[in-house]
Amino acid sequence: MAMERSWSLQRCPGLLFRPDSCRHSASSSKLFDGSSISFCHGEDLSNLCSPLLQLSCPSSSPTPIPSSSSHRFSLPCPPILPSLAPPSSASKIDSLRSKVDLLKLPLALSTKSISERKNQLGGVGEQRGTAGGGGARKARSPPTRDMDNESQYSGYSYKSSHSRSSRKHRDRRDRHRSKSRDSSSRGDKSVTIQTPGEPLLDAESTRGDDRDDNWGETTTVVTGTSEHSISNEDLTRVTKDLEESTPLECKRFVGPALGGCLSFFALVTPLAFLILPQVLWRDALEPCGTPCEGLYVSLAFKLLVLLISSWALFLRPPRATLPRFFVFRCLLMVLVFLFVASYWLFYGVRVLEPRERDYRGIVEYAASLVDALLFIQYLALVLLEVRHLQPAFCLKVVRSTDGASKFYNVGHLSIQRAAVWVLDRYYSDFPVYNPALLNLPKSILSKKMTGFKVYSLDENPTNNSTGQSRAMIAAAARRRDNSHNEYYYEEAEMDRRIRKRKARLVVAVEEAFTHIKRLQEEEATSSPKHPREVMDPREAAQAIFAPMARAMQKYLRTTRQQAFHSMESILTHLQFCITHNMTPKAFLERYLTAGPTMQYQQQNGRGRQWTLVSEEPVTSALRQGLVFSLRRLDFSLVVTVTPLPFLRLGEEFIDPKSHKFVMRLQSETSV
Amino acid sequence: MSFVPGQPVTAVVERVEIQKLRQGENLILGFSIGGGIDQDPGQNPFSEDKSDKGIYVTRISPKGPADLAGLKMGDKIMQVNGWDMTMVTHDQARKKLTKKREDVVRLLVTRKSLEEAVKHSKCSYPKH
Repeated sequence: MAMERSWSLQRCPGLLFRPDSCRHSASSSKLFDGSSISFCHGEDLSNLCSPLLQLSCPSSSPTPIPSSSSHRFSLPCPPILPSLAPPSSASKIDSLRSKVDLLKLPLALSTKSISERKNQLGGVGEQRGTAGGGGARKARSPPTRDMDNESQYSGYSYKSSHSRSSRKHRDRRDRHRSKSRDSSSRGDKSVTIQTPGEPLLDAESTRGDDRDDNWGETTTVVTGTSEHSISNEDLTRVTKDLEESTPLECKRFVGPALGGCLSFFALVTPLAFLILPQVLWRDALEPCGTPCEGLYVSLAFKLLVLLISSWALFLRPPRATLPRFFVFRCLLMVLVFLFVASYWLFYGVRVLEPRERDYRGIVEYAASLVDALLFIQYLALVLLEVRHLQPAFCLKVVRSTDGASKFYNVGHLSIQRAAVWVLDRYYSDFPVYNPALLNLPKSILSKKMTGFKVYSLDENPTNNSTGQSRAMIAAAARRRDNSHNEYYYEEAEMDRRIRKRKARLVVAVEEAFTHIKRLQEEEATSSPKHPREVMDPREAAQAIFAPMARAMQKYLRTTRQQAFHSMESILTHLQFCITHNMTPKAFLERYLTAGPTMQYQQQNGRGRQWTLVSEEPVTSALRQGLVFSLRRLDFSLVVTVTPLPFLRLGEEFIDPKSHKFVMRLQSETSV
Repeated sequence: MSFVPGQPVTAVVERVEIQKLRQGENLILGFSIGGGIDQDPGQNPFSEDKSDKGIYVTRISPKGPADLAGLKMGDKIMQVNGWDMTMVTHDQARKKLTKKREDVVRLLVTRKSLEEAVKHSKCSYPKH
């Protein structure tokens, strides 16, 4: 049964989706059995993997897919593999590939890319990682070995015969296959080590698609294990999950808790000052009349203000945990503590011991404490909130992988606070980091370096390795270098393809949106003789999704955004747009331009781990020429500080009557 | 032909003496002038330096007195009868040229070809 479903591939070409996100019931697929596109489900994937990928199985010949979809999704046989050519859909392949993304990188050095990719693939964050890992753990070795083949298929899915550049791609891939055997990863910063691999693994599936290239090379390590063993990568992943889970919860709230205790102590103190004499030696106290009542009222009011402002300043949970202490806050808490402690000291010595009878003096003493606390609050307000509002420095933030940069104006902050500030802006200003868009394809860059081999003919092999490399580089530079040409044409070609796909997508979406319309209230009751099927937004979205799905998928693949949008998310967005009466253009806005990172984040309570790298201690203040960087797992933001220029503003008064004009003269006089 | 403010202007000039011709009531010279410090120097088609506000000869009547005297179109008039013409308004220049009491105007004019001729003559003949 699973076998059948997996082989009847004409029914399961879905779209890009995350395996664990696709938890629809089986009933939803029945809507689309008639059409050429239907949706495949997450649970089936693991079953799908194993039978699909046993290439030597003679009985597993696939049923031919219907011709309507064969154009788009059929794959010519790669020459290396046996003649089995499962006409799998790109979607299923994408889903399989996505699972392998989570599995890949068995070495400890590169596990950071795993979790980085987890974070940035915009899925459900770590949960997805564990779910995907857990799901994939069941059927590991067959899928990983087979994923390699899948990668080739997915690459070929674009090279259908009627595509103009398909032959070029195929040629390029053949060249790559021979050359890229010993290439290390390009796009990600992770280091991978190539084990002497199987010939299936070196191919770049799609031109310039780094992610496929990588896992194709590194999953060789896993194939040796059995299904139920836990390999190195699993261990590292598990430990990473563990270490990310617990400490953050506690650390975040220590600061506010401490502040809360201190504030409570400080607020209760004046009340204690007032109450203690009443309780202990009430009879001996002198009564104080009206002035005391005035003092009571003012004390109550000031305590209320103190309460509110301490909550505002100290007790709100911060959105970021800083590596060092937040200096000003610590300073202020220490100050408050000192004040209150010294007041208690004096109180104990002067009031409690000798049993002071002047109650008015005691009340005034308490009032003076409250005044002092108010002044400290004012100081805190200035130091924490106001001082950094006046802009003083210009920060240039550059992302290290693709050069996206922005300039921001900040006030006087310490380095760590400035880092938090920059990160706040980063999440909403910078376009999302897409590792698939990073480097030039190897076809352009690496051609020239393979031409020369340098042999050393010296008797004693001195240290001329630099000389060798320099000689190679010089020779390569002197060669007639046409890679810029190729780059230019490839860019032009890529632009053309993107525009073409975009046009198709826009047209498909517009058409799809014309199929539904909002049901007006009157219509529902007034025309019982035309019963139309009334749908809620979700069903309406699913109904019109089918015609645009293919165009959407192709467009996302061309712009390398397929990792950020799963089918589920597209459907949700479509439902959202339909509900709010948005036009097709508004629906497409999310896909046509790369949005900021916030758009792709899911809210999980864990938080994002950034590392602040700086040569100065991070609590020092910003000053000119400071450079620090905020490192994430495979990219970093480099921040440079320059002071804003001092402006000398002059004044010039123009009399409004002084605006007069004359014509220019060119007269000629004959004499 | 361009000048540096504050520095003396040097130019190779040619003396042109024009006899005025009486036509009815008027004494005419047979050419037209353009330019002046109150005029737009950018419109001058004859000047090399488009900020030159000097007086230029813009048209010569054929067979008129100026033509007979050897004045050429595009000449810059530096002096008229001893009066300076490099820093005058258009109207002042006209007045200096059309004084009723004078029959003859002696002009100092300069043109590019004069410079060339002098340079040429300096080079080709060795000094003895």
